[in-house]
Amino acid sequence: MSDHEYTPKSKFGKWFNDRLPLLTLANHLTDYPTPKNLNYWWTFGGILTFCLITQIVTGLVLAMHYIAHADMAFDSVEHIMRDVNYGWLIRYIHANGASMFFLAVYIHIFRSLFYGSYKAPREIIWIIGIIIYLLMMAAAFLGYVLPWGQMSFWGATVITNLFSAIPLVGEGIVTWLWGGYSVDNPTLTRFFTLHYLIPFLILGLVVLHIWALHVPGNNNPVGIDIKKPSKDTVPFHPYIVIKDGFALLMFMIVFAFFVFYTPNILGHADNYIEANPLVTPAHIVPEWYLLPFYAILRSVPDKLLGVVAMLSAILILAALPWLDTSKIRSAVFRPLYRQFYWILVADVLILGYVGAMPAEGLYLLVARVATAYYFLHFLVILPVLGWKEKTLPIPLSITESILGGSPNLATAKNRESLNK
Amino acid sequence: MKNFFKIFSFIILFSGLSLNTQAAEKVEYLKTDWSFKGLFGKFDRAALQRGYQVYTEVCSSCHSMKYLSYRNLAEKGGPEFSIDQVKAIAASFEVKDGPNSDGDMFTRPGRLSDKFVMPYDNVQAAQAANGGAYPPDMSVLVKARGGGVDYIYSLLQGYEDPPAGVTLDDGVYYNKYMYGNKIKMANQLSDGLVEYSDGTTASVEQMSKDVTTFLMWSAEPHLESRHRMGFKAIVYLIILTILVYFSMKRIWSRIETEV
Repeated sequence: MSDHEYTPKSKFGKWFNDRLPLLTLANHLTDYPTPKNLNYWWTFGGILTFCLITQIVTGLVLAMHYIAHADMAFDSVEHIMRDVNYGWLIRYIHANGASMFFLAVYIHIFRSLFYGSYKAPREIIWIIGIIIYLLMMAAAFLGYVLPWGQMSFWGATVITNLFSAIPLVGEGIVTWLWGGYSVDNPTLTRFFTLHYLIPFLILGLVVLHIWALHVPGNNNPVGIDIKKPSKDTVPFHPYIVIKDGFALLMFMIVFAFFVFYTPNILGHADNYIEANPLVTPAHIVPEWYLLPFYAILRSVPDKLLGVVAMLSAILILAALPWLDTSKIRSAVFRPLYRQFYWILVADVLILGYVGAMPAEGLYLLVARVATAYYFLHFLVILPVLGWKEKTLPIPLSITESILGGSPNLATAKNRESLNK
Repeated sequence: MKNFFKIFSFIILFSGLSLNTQAAEKVEYLKTDWSFKGLFGKFDRAALQRGYQVYTEVCSSCHSMKYLSYRNLAEKGGPEFSIDQVKAIAASFEVKDGPNSDGDMFTRPGRLSDKFVMPYDNVQAAQAANGGAYPPDMSVLVKARGGGVDYIYSLLQGYEDPPAGVTLDDGVYYNKYMYGNKIKMANQLSDGLVEYSDGTTASVEQMSKDVTTFLMWSAEPHLESRHRMGFKAIVYLIILTILVYFSMKRIWSRIETEV
């Protein structure tokens, strides 16, 4: 937060700003002191904002041409692909945009895990982020149903059926969700409505996410608290704007490659077959970004417990600020945590891989071990590490860590004890 | 920055490997050069025209193509028949229309705006005529099969006598590329089955390639403009990225931190 009081120069500006301080807000956003040592992993916040806006804009255009009716949805998608001017471009951006959105959000989340960005005083930013992530998964799932292909239909059937695991009221809830006794037209129309609604909820939460971020300011690779503004910070504009812009452009090159050259590689071929309630596909698999959770769901033999495990796998993240007992934020100064961090990354990738495979034999065994380890990491390893781990001395300021000044051990220790 | 790229490329590599292992479990499909693959991939116009001929003379007696209109045959990036040719093609089909002012349905010759005429009135009629199997609509067929064009191309040439021990019911055929090896479509192609107007020899391989090219176009009619636009977009993005990179370096040189 900039400390100085901002006053617009022009008379009109002052008159307007006294009534609605929009200019003060704009000034805050451009002046916002940002740690100068943020690396490229920090550019994904901006990239995610771009992804959200892209999805909303392309989604609006698609909604103008799409027909949410069980008999016409598939045809209307083909109409978009063939006869709407640049409809193919809009649809491929939207479909691949969902994957790009998740790619970026996973990098964003894992960056946070590495540098301890979820720790005090940033717990609220983190929890809002988890809610955004949950809503993203809901939006992605609902959106995948809309083309009304085979995977849409059967994916919807499998996922909504999960609610039937709830004791006593489960079956009733499923019927209520479907609007009937199977996935059908009422299901499609309500899924479309919700798919249209959720991005705007996400947009609102993103505003809160950024607001909550601007109270304590950004974490940074060194993970220490810094004075703002100081020689450790740079104003958001132009330094961070240009850097985020550069990273966004590189991201867009990858994005464009998918859209223009392999637009269907991330989807499933079966979704180009119109939904048929009488024919079940050989393997029902969700999109790649949901695979780790799908693997967790299937690794538990009991349906209800499987659903509980899957939900816990996501919700456990919300408790992370309290499960991680270490006072040190950045993994740079936590030699043991750093290793467990990479094991967790590998664990999630393995879960994703077995999630795409049939749940049998070796795959199932691997899925069970990986699921167990996932929970072990958060429930046992993290709390114990925080108490036992011998951390490295942390520098006093970013400038010191960058310029290679030897960290003053005594003061660092002193500071650490102050933090406690 | 270096670290960033290292980790990023590791993840890309990992996902690439897992895609490959999935593909490795399936049968090796027959390979051929597809002109529409690659950064500048375009359809072979003559192959599309021949492919349309194979579709009309062979496939269309059972398989519909409900998302295609006759006008598409003359559009840019497709077979690009001349308008007069397509008008003649359309007119050679009888289209059901109506009701007229007397309330009666009637048939008339097809027009450019008509959708491809369907071989059967409905799914049930198609099943009844094909021993219970529904010949799938072919408009987006190559996108609806895991192996894509290579799969279709191989399947058309994959008919064999069943290996010893495999018994086939009446109306079921053995195909080494079909999922489960049993297919209800009999082998349709034989050398010289169609007579190509451009003089190309109509071998089974040639016809398979031509009709598969045609199916690729029908599934992705805007493929050519997608490739053209993609190249321009990516070149534009790369140039812009380089410019922004140098601007960034310049701006960050005001402070002592590396960017």
